[in-house]
Amino acid sequence: MGLTDKIYKYIFMIIAFSSFVFLLGIITVLFTEGLPVFSFTSVINFIFGKSWYPTAVPPEFGIFPVILGSLIVTLGAMILAVPVGIGSALYIHEIAGEKQKMFLKPIVELLGAVPSIIYGFFGMVVVAPFVQNLFKIPTGQCAFTGALILGVMAIPVVCSIAEDALSVVPKSYREASYALGANRWQTLWKVIMPAAGSGISTSVILGISRVMGETMTVLLVTGGAAMIPGSIFDPVRPMTSTIAAEMGEAAVGGSHYHALFAIGLVLFLVTMVMNIVAEYIGRKYRIKLGLDV
Amino acid sequence: MKTRADINQRLGFVMLIVCIIIALLALSSLIYFIASNGIRAFSWTFFTDIPRKSMTAGGVGPAIVGTLYLVLGSIVFSLPLGVITAIYLCEYSPKNFTLNLIRMSINNLAGVPSVVFGLFGLAVFVKLFNLHVSLLSGSLTLGILILPGIISASYEALIAVPQSLREASYALGATQIQTIRKVILPAALPGILTGIILGVGRAAGETAPIMFTAATFYSRSYPSTIMGEVMALPYHIYVLMTEGTNPAKQTMIAYGCALILLILVLAVSAIAIYLRQKQRRKYA
Repeated sequence: MGLTDKIYKYIFMIIAFSSFVFLLGIITVLFTEGLPVFSFTSVINFIFGKSWYPTAVPPEFGIFPVILGSLIVTLGAMILAVPVGIGSALYIHEIAGEKQKMFLKPIVELLGAVPSIIYGFFGMVVVAPFVQNLFKIPTGQCAFTGALILGVMAIPVVCSIAEDALSVVPKSYREASYALGANRWQTLWKVIMPAAGSGISTSVILGISRVMGETMTVLLVTGGAAMIPGSIFDPVRPMTSTIAAEMGEAAVGGSHYHALFAIGLVLFLVTMVMNIVAEYIGRKYRIKLGLDV
Repeated sequence: MKTRADINQRLGFVMLIVCIIIALLALSSLIYFIASNGIRAFSWTFFTDIPRKSMTAGGVGPAIVGTLYLVLGSIVFSLPLGVITAIYLCEYSPKNFTLNLIRMSINNLAGVPSVVFGLFGLAVFVKLFNLHVSLLSGSLTLGILILPGIISASYEALIAVPQSLREASYALGATQIQTIRKVILPAALPGILTGIILGVGRAAGETAPIMFTAATFYSRSYPSTIMGEVMALPYHIYVLMTEGTNPAKQTMIAYGCALILLILVLAVSAIAIYLRQKQRRKYA
């Protein structure tokens, strides 16, 4: 290798580390700007405290209602997105012909490309009033509506990853099952689904992680109360929308500012753990099926 | 005679059809409501004028231009970083530890919630580098957000370039960097383009990362400097829906903004998907 080639190699190497630097930068920022909140409150009171009054005197920084808000809308969204997403993936994989596939796969991808602000706007002006009338509740901007919209948003994530997982199951599995006299449904349900199982669970985990990090939708759709909800028809304020809604008013370097970064840290850690688990499962799955990693 | 297994199969397939119908229905109702209402807001002045009468009349011109600038800025920043990272991973095949470290970083960066990028941009670009709330801060923040996508698309494009092209170039006495510049990059260009286009769609629609780093409520003029605040379509929708005093009129304008954004993002993504399918068929 000539000298020029060597020089380029090292320049490229340094640039290739930029993703690592950015990730490290994000982690550093979240810790250095988030941890100072613990000079105002303890870790236990921060995570499990039931009242979030960041601007009161004295302020209270309990993010339990906010965490609960994220969990409720995420759980609700997955109740919709997991069956519909996986079902759609199975449809595309098993029932759709080549022509339908050519049409459906791009459609699913487009559904996933729609910006979250548009889902949020749609949820606010169309779905929330509908939900309000349907259930005769005081406001349609509540956990239920949020979960519904987030569920729709998560369908393409779950569907496309699950479809990928199904499509790499070796043909021989299917042939072996047919040879034993199983019909298409039995083969799909008892052979191909289990074989793609870890790939499908990856799709669910990534769906959860995506939903939990979604900001604009919940900001517009779930209402704004940082309180522990009494039912799924009460307003909630998840972690993401708390940060987005309050950062504009928080004085830089103040306790509120640090508290919002600390929420960002909690959010980041939760989603990162899920992404790592998903990647780990996905990798094992590909090894199991004898594919390159 | 129908056996139990046949009935189960029938039931199962019906279930799957219901699933795909729900998914398609969701997309079509979204498009229907945005398009049928948004089109009523469209007019020449809507695209060119500035917002007037505290956002109840006039147009959204500065928001459209602001979004285009933010997209352009984020691509200018992330494209060189993304392509070079992909070249390094693909052509120089670094040692296992380095490769895994960079890959792990890319995968994790791709999963970071968008609002966290906003926090990072606020703390680093706006405050630490003192770039203020500006087009530049927002472009850098969005650039990091779309970087993982640019890298994966470029990597996929580079890895699909047949090995024989590389060997032919080396056999002619070309050095590695000459091979990359004159042979591999041109062959991978359509795939890299796909990545850029997908990045455009993503950057145009993101709101949370620019809320604290670039966007402003309201501007009487078009953006003129990269150090200034800008209006942006997604943020403008948010503002219209949460501020102001005339919800009915503001909602109509928001419908218009949503339709512009939806057309932009869907068109751009459709082009990218089409290009990618063409690419894959070529090397398949």
